[in-house]
Amino acid sequence: MTDRYETHDHDVLVVGAGGAGLRAAIEASREGLSVGLVCKSLLGKAHTVMAEGGVAAALANVDPQDDWRTHFRDTMRGGKMLNQWRMAEIHAREAPDRVLELEEWGALFDRTKEGTILQRAFGGHTHKRLCHVGDRTGLEMIRTLQDRGVHAGMEVHMECTITRLLLDGGRIAGAFGYWRESGRFVAFRAPAVILATGGIGKAFKITSNSWEYTGDGHALAVRAGAELIDMEFVQFHPTGMVWPPGVMGILVTEAVRGEGGILRNSVGERFMERYDPKRLELSTRDVVARAIYTEVKEGRGSPHGGAFLDISHKGAEVVRRKLPSMVHQFLELADVDITKEPMEVGPTVHYVMGGVRVEPDTGASTVPGLYAAGEVAGGMHGANRLGGNSLSDLLVFGRRAGAGASAYARGLGARPSADEDEIEAEARSLLAPFERKEGEDPYAVHRDLQEAMQANVGIFRTQQDLDRGLSEVRKLQERAKRVRVEGSRLYNPGWHLVRDLENMLVVSEAVARSASLRKESRGAHSRIDFPKTEDAFGKVNHCVRRRGEELEVVPTPLPEMPAELRALFEEGAA
Amino acid sequence: MSEVVFHVTRGEGGSVSAKEYRVPVSPGMVVLDAIHWIQGYLAPDLAVRWNCKAAKCGSCSAEVNGRPRLMCKARIDAYPEGQPIAVAPMRAFPHVKDLVADVSWNYEVNKRIPPFRLKEGSDRRFQQEDADRVQEFRKCIECFLCQNVCHVLREHDRFDAFHGPRFFVRLAGLEMHPLDGEDRLAFVRDAAGVGFCNITKCCTEVCPEGIRITDNAIIPLKERVVDRFYDPLRRLWSRIRGRT
Repeated sequence: MTDRYETHDHDVLVVGAGGAGLRAAIEASREGLSVGLVCKSLLGKAHTVMAEGGVAAALANVDPQDDWRTHFRDTMRGGKMLNQWRMAEIHAREAPDRVLELEEWGALFDRTKEGTILQRAFGGHTHKRLCHVGDRTGLEMIRTLQDRGVHAGMEVHMECTITRLLLDGGRIAGAFGYWRESGRFVAFRAPAVILATGGIGKAFKITSNSWEYTGDGHALAVRAGAELIDMEFVQFHPTGMVWPPGVMGILVTEAVRGEGGILRNSVGERFMERYDPKRLELSTRDVVARAIYTEVKEGRGSPHGGAFLDISHKGAEVVRRKLPSMVHQFLELADVDITKEPMEVGPTVHYVMGGVRVEPDTGASTVPGLYAAGEVAGGMHGANRLGGNSLSDLLVFGRRAGAGASAYARGLGARPSADEDEIEAEARSLLAPFERKEGEDPYAVHRDLQEAMQANVGIFRTQQDLDRGLSEVRKLQERAKRVRVEGSRLYNPGWHLVRDLENMLVVSEAVARSASLRKESRGAHSRIDFPKTEDAFGKVNHCVRRRGEELEVVPTPLPEMPAELRALFEEGAA
Repeated sequence: MSEVVFHVTRGEGGSVSAKEYRVPVSPGMVVLDAIHWIQGYLAPDLAVRWNCKAAKCGSCSAEVNGRPRLMCKARIDAYPEGQPIAVAPMRAFPHVKDLVADVSWNYEVNKRIPPFRLKEGSDRRFQQEDADRVQEFRKCIECFLCQNVCHVLREHDRFDAFHGPRFFVRLAGLEMHPLDGEDRLAFVRDAAGVGFCNITKCCTEVCPEGIRITDNAIIPLKERVVDRFYDPLRRLWSRIRGRT
C-alpha cells in the first residue's frame, strides 16, 4: 500500500538548516564527507533569520576588560548554575573564533570607530559583547552560512520533513520522511544524523516562533531512545508585541533595551527599579518577563495588557540606524512610530533551554550516530539563556557536532542498514489520517494544545496547573491518534501538521513532567507554590526518556565543575 | 468583528481557480492571518509558504489584488472596505499548488555566483561608512518579489540569460564588499546578463526591505562593466599592461 520511496545516501545527514545545521553541514563537508542537509522550509528561512540583537562573543573590541572567563561566568549565572559547565566553557572560549570566521566568510558586522566589529550591551552580559548588524544579525548570519554552504559541496534537500530516525541495532542508520511539495516519501541512508531542528514554541499560544518550531528533533530523539535534559525551562522573552491581535507574540528585540530602552508601567513608573535595581532593563530575560507579567497582573499594564517600552529619547536618527526593522515593524503592523512614542510589549514564548542531552565536546547523544546542536540540544543554557548566546551557541556547537558526526562516520566499520519493515510501518502510519472516514481536525487539536500549555505550563506555575496541563496533554495525545486529513498528498499543510502535532505533544509532556518534578523556582521556571530557589535542586538536571508509551523524568546529578572554573565564582567579581 | 471576503487561488495543474472565503477580521489583521484562518477552519489543505510572520524571512510572497507583496505585511484594513481581496501566487514562477510557486530556479542561480573570497593581507579594519553601502544589499530577505515583477523574467521569460534583480543585489553586495578579493565583472556581464535590465525600476518598487535595487545595485554594476569592458582608454591601458 505504500508506494515506492526514493533513497539518498550520505555519510552525514543534517536535519535543520538554521545556524547550527548549516554550520554543522559546512564542517562535515570540509571533512570531505558526503553531506545531506534537510530543511522543512526553503533554505535561508529558518528561525535564525529572525534573531535580531546579536551574537555574544568576548572579542573585547568595545570593553577591553572582557574575556572568555567573564562570558563563561555570565552564562552560568544567567543559567542559575544549572548549565553543563563544559558546554558553557567551550562556548565562551570558542565564540570569538566562530564570529571572526563568519567575517572571513563575508559577514558584515557593524563597526567601531577603529574599524573592528562593534559590540553592544545586552541583558545579563557584564560587558558590551554582542556583535551585531543593526537589528538583523540573524539574517546576516544565515545568509553568510547559506552562501558558504552552497559552495561547500553539500546536497540541500529543501521542503522535506523527517518523521523518523532509522535504527540498526540501536545505532543510527538514517532517516525517513516526506517531500512537502509532492507528499512522496524519502529515505536517507546515513550512519550519522545531526539534529538541528530548533525549538518547540508552537506548542504555546503566544510565541515568537514560526510554524517550524514543533519540537521535531526533540521528539525524534526521544523516540529513537535518546534523552532530553532541562525540559522544564522554557524562555518567555519579555518583549513581544501585544497589539494588534494579529501580531501578538512577534518579537521585539532585546537590542531596544540594549540601546537604552526604558520600561514603564501605566502609572509611568520605571518598574524594573523594584525587580532588579542594579541591572534594570538589562536584567536577565526571566526576571524582566516576570516583572512585566506581574505589573500587568497587578493592574498597572498598558491598554492592551503589556508594559511600555520607550526608546524615543535616543532621537529618531539613532533609533532608525540601530533598530531599523523595529521601526518598520511597529509602523507597518501597529501604526506606532517608535522614534516618537513607546511600544507596548509583553512576554512571548521564545526559546527552550531544554533539549537533547549531548556530549559537550562532540554533540553526541546517548544513541550512537545521533548528534544534536543548537536549540534542540540541551545543557548549554541551564535554567535561562542570555540574549545573544543562542547565535554563538549555533556556531560553536554546530561546528563541533559536524566534526563529531564526521569522526564517528569515518570510524565506522560496516555501515548500519535500515530495516525495511520499519520504513513500511512508518509510511503506513503517515498515510493513516487520509484513510479515516471521520476523525479529529488536526488544527483543532493544535489550538487546544496551545491553550492548555499557555494556561497551565506558562510563565508562573503551580502543581495544580501542571497536573491539569499534563492530563490535558495526555487526552490530546489520544485525540491526535484519531486525526483525519482532507485533500491530496500534494503540498498539504493539514497533513503536515499531523506529525508536527505528535511531536509537540511529546515535548509538551516532557515540559509538563519536568516542571512538575522541579519543586522550586529557578531561572525561567517559576513556581508560585515553591517560590524559593532550593540548593538541592541546584545539584540535579532532569533527564527525560521514553518508557513504553510514557515519558519518565530522572533526576541526574550535575557534573562537577573543575576547581579553576569554580574559582571564577568564588572571587566574588561583579 | 466584521467580515471580509477573500478570493484565494486554489488548485494545481490544469484546474486552478479562485475560491471565495468569508473571514472574520480583527484590528490589525494581515492577509496572512486570514489565510491561516481559512486553513484552520475552512480549507485545511490550503497550501501557503510562511515562516516568521514579521517580514524577516521573505517566505509569504504573493500577489494581493494583483500587487506583489508579503502577505504578513499586507494589512487588511488598508484595502477598500466592502470589496473582496484577491490572493494569488507569484505569477513569474511555475505554479505548484494554491499560493505556492516553484522558486527553485533562484536557488540554482545562487549556486553559480562566485563566492566571497577574503582579500589577502587585509587587517579587516574598515569604517561603518564602508559597511553601510553593502549592508543595504544584505538586508535582502530573498522574497523574490523583485524577480517576480522583473519584465525580463516575467514577460520575456529570459530565465536562461538573466539572473534577475535579487542576484544583482547579491553581486553588488559582493563586488562592493570592503573585504572581498574576487572579481566578478565578467560574470556580471556574461552569465548574469546585466545588460538585459532596462532600468524600469519595478523591482525597487516592490522591495519590502526598501533596497534601491536599480539605483544602488544594478546601475553601479552596469557602470563598472562599461568602465572595464567598453571604455576605450581603459582597454588600451589594459592591453599595454598585458591584461585582458
